[in-house]
Order: sequence, then structure tokens, then C-alpha cells
Amino acid sequence: MPDPCRAAPPPLALPRGLLALVVLALVAVLPAVGATGAAAATPAPSAAGSAATPDPAVTTESDPEGETITVRVRTADREDVAGATVTATSAGVDPVTGTTDDGGLAELVVPGTGTYSVQLDVDTLTGPAAELLPRENPVQRSVTSGSANPVIFQLSEDGGAGADAGGVSAGQVAQLLANGLRYGLIIALAAIGLSMVFGTTGLTNFAHGELITFGALVTYALNVGVGLPFLLAAPLAVVAGGVFGLANDRLLWQPLRRRGTGLVAMMIVSIGLALFLRYLWLYLFGGSTQTYADYQGQRGLDLGLFTLRPIDLFSMGLAAVVLVVVGLVLVRTRLGKATRAVSDNPALAAASGIDVDRVIRTVWISGAALAGLSGVLLGLAQQVQYQMGFQILLLVFAAVTLGGLGTAFGAVVGALVIGVFLEVSTIVIPTELRNVGALLVLILVLLVRPQGILGRASRVG
Amino acid sequence: MDWSSILTQTARSAIGLETVIYALAAVGLNVQFGYAGLLNFGQAAFVAVGAYGIAVTVTVLGLPFGVGVVVGLVAAVLLAVLLGIPTLRLRADYLAIATIAAAEIVRLTVRSSTLREQTGGSSGLSGFAEGFYALSPLEQGGSYGFGPWVFGARLAWVLLVGWVLIALCCLVVWLLMRSPWGRVLKGIREDEDAVRSLGKNVYAYKMQALVIGGVIGALAGFLFGLGRASVQPDLYGTELTFFVYTVLLLGGAARVLGPVVGAAIFWVVLVLTENVLVQAVGAGYVPEAIMSSTQVGQVRFMLVGIALMLLMIFRPQGIFGDRRELAIDAR
Repeated sequence: MPDPCRAAPPPLALPRGLLALVVLALVAVLPAVGATGAAAATPAPSAAGSAATPDPAVTTESDPEGETITVRVRTADREDVAGATVTATSAGVDPVTGTTDDGGLAELVVPGTGTYSVQLDVDTLTGPAAELLPRENPVQRSVTSGSANPVIFQLSEDGGAGADAGGVSAGQVAQLLANGLRYGLIIALAAIGLSMVFGTTGLTNFAHGELITFGALVTYALNVGVGLPFLLAAPLAVVAGGVFGLANDRLLWQPLRRRGTGLVAMMIVSIGLALFLRYLWLYLFGGSTQTYADYQGQRGLDLGLFTLRPIDLFSMGLAAVVLVVVGLVLVRTRLGKATRAVSDNPALAAASGIDVDRVIRTVWISGAALAGLSGVLLGLAQQVQYQMGFQILLLVFAAVTLGGLGTAFGAVVGALVIGVFLEVSTIVIPTELRNVGALLVLILVLLVRPQGILGRASRVG
Repeated sequence: MDWSSILTQTARSAIGLETVIYALAAVGLNVQFGYAGLLNFGQAAFVAVGAYGIAVTVTVLGLPFGVGVVVGLVAAVLLAVLLGIPTLRLRADYLAIATIAAAEIVRLTVRSSTLREQTGGSSGLSGFAEGFYALSPLEQGGSYGFGPWVFGARLAWVLLVGWVLIALCCLVVWLLMRSPWGRVLKGIREDEDAVRSLGKNVYAYKMQALVIGGVIGALAGFLFGLGRASVQPDLYGTELTFFVYTVLLLGGAARVLGPVVGAAIFWVVLVLTENVLVQAVGAGYVPEAIMSSTQVGQVRFMLVGIALMLLMIFRPQGIFGDRRELAIDAR
């Protein structure tokens, strides 16, 4: 962005800045090295059989007492079915059979983690349930350690045919909506920072995904490596994210703006930074998928229409509160007004006495801190690995574009739409293709309304 | 440290398969980004479409190799047109996001288990390359070349075809860019509105550039698939595009031979650093605590990231480029 009072930097400022950024990133994530090292030395049960690498063969050494698959059989009207026989099978393991109790529950203790096929014997259904069919039978389940490994057989009159015909149960839609809202809130936290940085500096920051990962990695390092409780590690990670954002701006982007580097050139620089940071995270953290030490295997709360873990409810509430606070700051405070003024026209903002550099610095700190928080929550919702931020980055871009590039509120609206769309679309399309659906929506929006939901037409050249 | 092995590996990489693939992909990108100023971040999709065009036609449909080549080229043209219609009227940053999204759509679609019958899912396809090697005049089992550049018959054939294709593509690009068509294209890069006010159909020119660059990208995909005799979806991720950008910017965008020189330098440096680091770790010069042999590859890619940043900041015209030629902020 053209800086009205552009000063020539000392010739060596930029390489020094880059070097300092590298050192800072190294120092910040260094505890993660110890953490992964420790996790590798003592095979943590949570690391075995992670969802990312479903192991077809069963690994028996993870837990001598075996893992539990909790099977629930109930009708679409949420009535529990007792006395139904269920069997879990897997290659090289004796089948495990159980019968559901009065609560419709059966616990199958299987020898180890791995992928199991759980079959419901429909002949053992009695009473009114005898007329009904399960929606999916058998069910494939990747059994992990330290989890209840729930498998639900939902019985309805036409079984699986109903789902294909669009007759999806209200409970299923509500569950997908809840999951989508959770995902959307996480995307929104990241999107608002990306959008504000774009609005104030014009930079399309491809390294934003690495800021998301940074939050999760620091939380993991503090939680597992140092041993702090999650509720202490998470705020520290958010603060670290803010500091990292400040470092990004001071050491790299501010000197580039002063030099008058073009926007496309800066975009390509951000790609280089993203590549560098991603492989740095891989170097420090390793390629495996890990989980935080706390809140593992927390059971879901049945909230009538849908089931969520208490920690998910907490993170959704936290994200919503943070987003509202950010919105209020943007609308009500002088700093927020200054930020919007710089987004609209930096030269005019500078002329009317706004310290543009200070505003941009604030935007970088808060945007990166929000991205860090997004990573912390993403690590809770999924798992922690070195390219988690990169994998979500295109969805964040989709959210920002959908809402209107550079508009903070548009980013939030776009993120919620993308999150809910991602989950609900799985009713129609296979789950593995849901990102394709979201990216197609992105391209279609560009075709129909390129300025996004809340953007103004003048923004697109 | 076995310096002779390191130097041999490095010398071979200067004209090796990776160099050929990246050079071709970058020649295509050069038409789009270097000459027309289009920020296409979906070059990996064109490479993938070329590779899968042959693979699917030969293995799944059971048609001959030549039909596969035609299918790959037609698919690349179709992808370029489909991609261009919604995005070419947009500003550069929108184009970047839309093309990178399109590339991910292609990758995620071909790797989905829903299409396992057609595209092989996440493990990809193989066994489609024999039709190509059957065309080889080189005798099986022989070795060809001199000095460190002695290759087996199959690799020698791929490299021969690859370098002929590179020469042809460079010739085509050179001829195009000294024609009136090329001058209009460069004009669009410098100032789109000025060209439009001269009565040129800017949209059509951009679309033609996207198609030509995409088809050259598909040629790179042919060699990628045939050289490895297999296709795997995750080799065609966004990082391929980013590396091709690094190659192009290294050699110098908007120069006919820039991408070729860039590809050779890129792979020489990568192979040299990897071999030196692996041997240094193996010989114990680098302590295991700092770097294990699996981490060498990661350090290598960190260097690519740093190189891309430094290049873009300090020498955006690349090693052989001309700064006046490259108004990198043309929209």
C-alpha cells in the first residue's frame, strides 16, 4: 500500500528483518520439539491409530485391556432399542459380539485400535423395531484409543432409502448444522484477520494458514511439552500469535511497504514465507498427528436434537464472544473507526491525521492473535498437525471472498455460510468431496457477485 | 563425503526428468504470468489434467496412447476455458484465489474414492506408459549419453522427447511474442485499459494466453505421468504451482529461455544441497539433534521458501530477466 511518507530504509534492514523473523519463529516453536520427542519416546496412547492415518491392520500393543466401541441402537424417533445383537469384526481379530441393554447401548471391548466393521443383526430386533431397518449396516469405524468410539444405528421404516430420497431426519440436519456452526466460527476467527490485513494493506497473505497452525503448535508445546493446563496454554498461545503477527509486520511487511513493493510481488513473498514456515513447522513438530493432553475422550452432551462435547460448546461460545467484541471495537471505538478509514482510503486517512502505520500494526497483532485462537480451537475440534492451517486456508479465502474481500463483517458472514454449507452438503455429496463443493461455491460467487455478500461493486477492478 | 557421487548426481539433475517437467510447466506459466500478467495459481491443475488425460484414457478406457495425448490436450483447453470464463475479468488477487481453488478442486476430485473406478483414488493409476515407450527407437537395455549423463533406454527416451518439446515450445513462444499478437499481450500486462481503448478484445487475448499456457502445462503433465509411469493425485498439489513460480522467477519471467534456465538452476541447487546435507548428516558432520536424514528434505524446502522471498524482494526480474520487461504489478 502506498505509504504517504515513504522513507528509504537502511539497505540492510530487510535481510536482518528476515533473519530475525526466522530466529523468532524457531524460538517460539522450540518447546514443540521436546514435546514431540517425548511423545515419541513414550508411546502415548492418544497418538496411536489417529484418524488421519486409519490403519487397516489392528495394532494390539496400544492398550493391553483393549478399546471400547460404544454401540447405540435407536429409532429415528429417538427411542432406544434393547436386546439387539451387534458384532464388531476386523481382519485378524476374533469377532466381538454384544447385546444392547435397556438404554439401547452395548459396549464391545475389542483387542486394539484399527478399523472395525460393526454389524447389527436385524433379525434380533423385536417389538415395533422389528419392522424397521438401519440407515447404514454394517458401519465402518476407525477405533482410536481414549475415545468412546460411538457407533449409532438409526432405525427407520425405509432404512437407507429414505436418506437418499432426501428424507433426512431432523436430528441429523440439526447435528450437521451444529457441526457446521462450530467449523464456521473457527473459520471466521481466521477470516476476520485475513480480511482486515487485506483491507488495510492490500496484501493477500498466503502465510495466514501458518499463523493458524502456529496457535495450535504453541498450545500443544505448552500443554504437552511443558505440562501447563490447556486453559493456561491457550491464552498464552493467542498472545504468542499476536507477537508473531507483530514480528511479521515489523520485520517483513512494513519494510516492504516502505520500499514500495507491489501487491502482486508481496503476494508471492507471502507464498515463499508460507512454504518456509510450513516446512519449519514440519521440521520442528514432525509429520505426525497429535492431540492436546486435555479434553480427550470427553463424552458428548445430548442436547435433544444434537450432541456436542462440552468443550465444543465452550469453544463455540468463546469464538462467538470474541467475534462480537471485535465487531464492537470496529464499530464503536476510535481505533476501529481508524481501521475502517484506512481500509477505505489509506492516503485520505493519513491526511486526516490517522497514524496509518500504527493502525496496520494493530491490525496485524489482532489479526494474527485471532488466527492463533482459530488454530487453538481447530486443534481441539480436530487434531494438531503441521499443515492444519494450510489445509483450512482455502476455506478461509473462500469465506473472505464470499463475504467481500476487505470487509470484516463480510468475512464472518462468509465463514458461517461456508462452515454450515460444508457440513450440510454432506447430506447430498460424499464427505470427502465437501471441500470441492465449498470451492465451487467460491468460483460461482466470483462469477455472479464478485464483490461478495457485503462488498461494494467498486472494489473489484 | 563422496564428492564424486554428489557432483555426478548434481550434473545429472541439470537435464533430468524433474528439470524437464518444471521447465515445461514454467514455459507455460511464462506465457500466462510473464507475458500476459495473469496470476494463474492453478498451473498444477493443467499438469494434472495432462497426466490424467493419458492415464485414464489408456488404463480405464483401454484406448491407444495417441488418443490419450489428444484427450489430455483437449482437457487442458477445456479447463482453461472453464477457468477463464468466471475469472479473467477479475482483478489479479481474485484470479489468484479462484485459480488456486480450481486446482484444488481438480486434485480433490481425482483423488476421491467416489471416482476410484475412473481415476484410481488416492493411490492413482499406473501401467499406461508402455504405448509411449514402444515408440522409442532406442534399444532396450542399452545406455545412452556420455560423462555423468549416461541414462538407461527408458529415461533417455523420456528426456529426449522432453527436451525436444521444450525446444519446440520455446520456439513457439519466441515466435508468438515477436508477433503483433505478442505485443498486444505484453501491452495488456503493462496497461490493460490502454490496450482496451485501442479497440482490442482484452478478454479474448487473456483467454488465448491462458489456453496456450495451459496446453504447455499439459505437455509437462504428459512427461510427469510417463516418466514415472504412474500418476498420483497428491503430486499435483498447490506446492507444484509454487515451485513452478519459483523456477520461473529464478530464471526470469518474460524471457523465452528464462524458465528453462530457472528449472535447471532450481534442481541443481536442490539436488546439490540435498546430497551434501545427507552425506554431512551420514558422516556425522551435522549432529543428529540438529538434523536427521529425514529432515534434510524439509530443510531443502525451507530454502526454497526463503529463495522465493528473497528473489521477489531483491531481484524480481530473476537472474536473466530484464526489469523493464516485467511490470509485475500489472493488473
